[in-house]
Amino acid sequence: MKLYIPPQIPRLAIAFAVFISLFLVLRHFLVPDTFGKYGPYRAAALDDYAKLEVHYSGQQACFACHQDIEDLKKTDVHSEIHCETCHGPGQKHALSSLPADILKPTDREFCGKCHILNAAKQKDAINQIDLTKHNIDKNCIECHNPHQPWEMKK
Amino acid sequence: MSQSASTMGNEKVTSSRRKFLKTAATLTAATVGYSWLKSSQILIFAAEPKDVTLPWYGIAIDIKKCIGCGSCAKACKSENDVPKEPFFFRTWVEQYTVKNDGSVDIVSPNGGIDGFVQRVPDEEIFKSFFVPKMCNHCAKSPCEQVCPVGATFLSPEGVVLVDEKYCIGCRYCVQACPYGCRFIHPVKKVANKCTLCYHRLKKNLAPACMEVCPTGARMYGNLRDKNSDLVKFLKEHTTHVLRANLNTGAKLYYNELSSEVR
Amino acid sequence: MEQHYQNLYDILAHSQGYIFPNEIDLQWGILIVIYPFITGLVAGAFILASLERVFKVKILKPTYQIALLTALSFLLVATMPLISHLSQPQRAYEIMITPHSSSAMAIFGFVYLWYLTVVLLLEIWFDYRKSMVVWSNERKGVMKWVYKILTLGVSDISPKAVKWDRKLGYIITVVGIPSAFILHGYVGFIFGSIKANPWWSTPLMPIIFLFSAMVSGIALVMMVYMIISYIRKKSIDVNVLDSIGKFLFFVLILDFTLEALDQIHRIYVAEESFEIIKLLVSGKLYLTLFVSQGLIGTLIPLITLAFLQFYKHQIKLRKSMYFIVSMLVLIGVYSMRWNVVIGGQLFSKSFSGFTSFKVGLIGLDGTLMAAFWLILPIGILSFLLWLLPPWKMIEEEE
Repeated sequence: MKLYIPPQIPRLAIAFAVFISLFLVLRHFLVPDTFGKYGPYRAAALDDYAKLEVHYSGQQACFACHQDIEDLKKTDVHSEIHCETCHGPGQKHALSSLPADILKPTDREFCGKCHILNAAKQKDAINQIDLTKHNIDKNCIECHNPHQPWEMKK
Repeated sequence: MSQSASTMGNEKVTSSRRKFLKTAATLTAATVGYSWLKSSQILIFAAEPKDVTLPWYGIAIDIKKCIGCGSCAKACKSENDVPKEPFFFRTWVEQYTVKNDGSVDIVSPNGGIDGFVQRVPDEEIFKSFFVPKMCNHCAKSPCEQVCPVGATFLSPEGVVLVDEKYCIGCRYCVQACPYGCRFIHPVKKVANKCTLCYHRLKKNLAPACMEVCPTGARMYGNLRDKNSDLVKFLKEHTTHVLRANLNTGAKLYYNELSSEVR
Repeated sequence: MEQHYQNLYDILAHSQGYIFPNEIDLQWGILIVIYPFITGLVAGAFILASLERVFKVKILKPTYQIALLTALSFLLVATMPLISHLSQPQRAYEIMITPHSSSAMAIFGFVYLWYLTVVLLLEIWFDYRKSMVVWSNERKGVMKWVYKILTLGVSDISPKAVKWDRKLGYIITVVGIPSAFILHGYVGFIFGSIKANPWWSTPLMPIIFLFSAMVSGIALVMMVYMIISYIRKKSIDVNVLDSIGKFLFFVLILDFTLEALDQIHRIYVAEESFEIIKLLVSGKLYLTLFVSQGLIGTLIPLITLAFLQFYKHQIKLRKSMYFIVSMLVLIGVYSMRWNVVIGGQLFSKSFSGFTSFKVGLIGLDGTLMAAFWLILPIGILSFLLWLLPPWKMIEEEE
């Protein structure tokens, strides 16, 4: 005896098959090419990151031209501090050599970011100064050469 | 008479229509088969590739050395095009002041970029210290686990990154990060966070925050290299990670982390 | 942008204690509050419909199609709050093509599709097929073709085929009950699995969401049934209301027990996060939690429903009370979603401070958008009731 297939089932099966096939075909064209190469992500994203511009060049780039400053800095307590900590991102200036492309901070508040008296700073980590009392009418660099801080200027 | 799909319109199916259906079915089946193969490629490579020639990056921060100057937070924003407004930080510094009465004051004005001012008078202070915060680049990262589309991932070098071209901005990762180090970039409108300056690492340059730290409080290195400064530091100091109970596999190790820090 | 930053500066000025700098802006807003509300209505309405079909609660028969069509109307809108909340909505399709298998959110696309097609659409199709065939024969012009297409061309309405309609529909309903549980349970899991947030992280979350979903769905069907009967100028059968009310009462007790258990456990165990949560609940969340969700949404309906189990006089008064109870319950469940979603983001992960939430009016994630997504299903339901009127269905020839 012939098996009775209710009329709904083949029609529904076709509808679902069409729908699922359509989805898989669409998916094939939409998934990015490098997806899955290293893991469940788009591997080309690593290249996107690698291509980003660098703004801080590192102090070796500074020493290439400013040998004198390097020699000066080595002699005093700021020797371990990299140039760009105070001067900001140096890549632009390293490429253009224009003075306008680099920062030269001069005000008390800037030196104070590191040196201001604060109980949270461990005592032997840094020399601290009370900015409300110490030579309040002068900028720090009027007496202290930032590249050789303990050699007082006259 | 029962009407099944094959009998309906049976009389009208011509040979040309049959040919068309056959071709369409074959093409569809081929595309379906190929796309299935493509998807299984993802499953095959789902595990971390064990390329041990690549470094496995870790980070260490020495609380004893941090002076709260904020140079790190400032440099990070310059290097990575993060908006200057005080609502978006890839890294920031917190100042903890534990008072004699046991209460703890925590502040991070503009992420510490402008430095800190101690408002509590010295005689009330029990102890005080700075804690720099940044992405922990977790090995078992909860942010990576919850991303619904695979836009956040752990790179082969152990750096957790966000694919800015793929992120849909659902913010699930921001909710899942226990350290609060993620945000939605207001202009790019995708998730954003510390990338350990991946673009600098690829050029053998240090991350910007570590380049400018005047006291060397921050360091990074290859956890696989027994001779690296980082591994030596971990060996010589007692280190803690934040939220160890959440088992995130955080690779940011703090030296001298006090119990008040979350 | 400037306006957005100005809002953030305001919020920054109002933040209390210490919050991580990135936490100023709440990430999930009112749209993420209404999303679980809507899917909860779907799951709840469907489960009420299943009671009639699978557990043969005959008295609920007048509400069967209404419940299914209500569920479908809300389900069609369910994805929209999510998509309009994304900051890159045009990339929403990625969740379907590269779902990240470890992410609970990723399975949403497939669970939703499964539930929409295999469960809800199929069940409605099986139930209406005979009527649609008859309507396609009776009507002329466009409507004839509309109904013909809806039948997918299966025009056999012999007793044997119709019997299979009922059988297959029954199977689908049985499959649909766990599917409805998964459809809404996974939303609870999305929150419950975030270990970083102690207000959300509990294994009870999927179950709490599910039971409050059932409560909201049952209340919604009760309201829709009363409103439709009123519009059609047909009398409301108070026995139907009594029956729905009984289910609502018992599910509400279960829901309340589960949520109370979650809180009692939290208070007793008093983990690290308890101090800040205590401040949250007694401060910023006080009104929406104790007054809106607790008193208005749970306690008053519970007392009223308990009363209505015994008080069987004054039919007109009882009908009004049922209507008010269902409205209060819906407000309560909405508040519960608010308390979970917004409450979990008001306190900092530093456990040391609070931010605040200013819900905007306009914009893709504003109140007007949320109101639109809530009102649209009502429009869809009206359309469906016109297209597939339950009261004009071709009755079974027994």
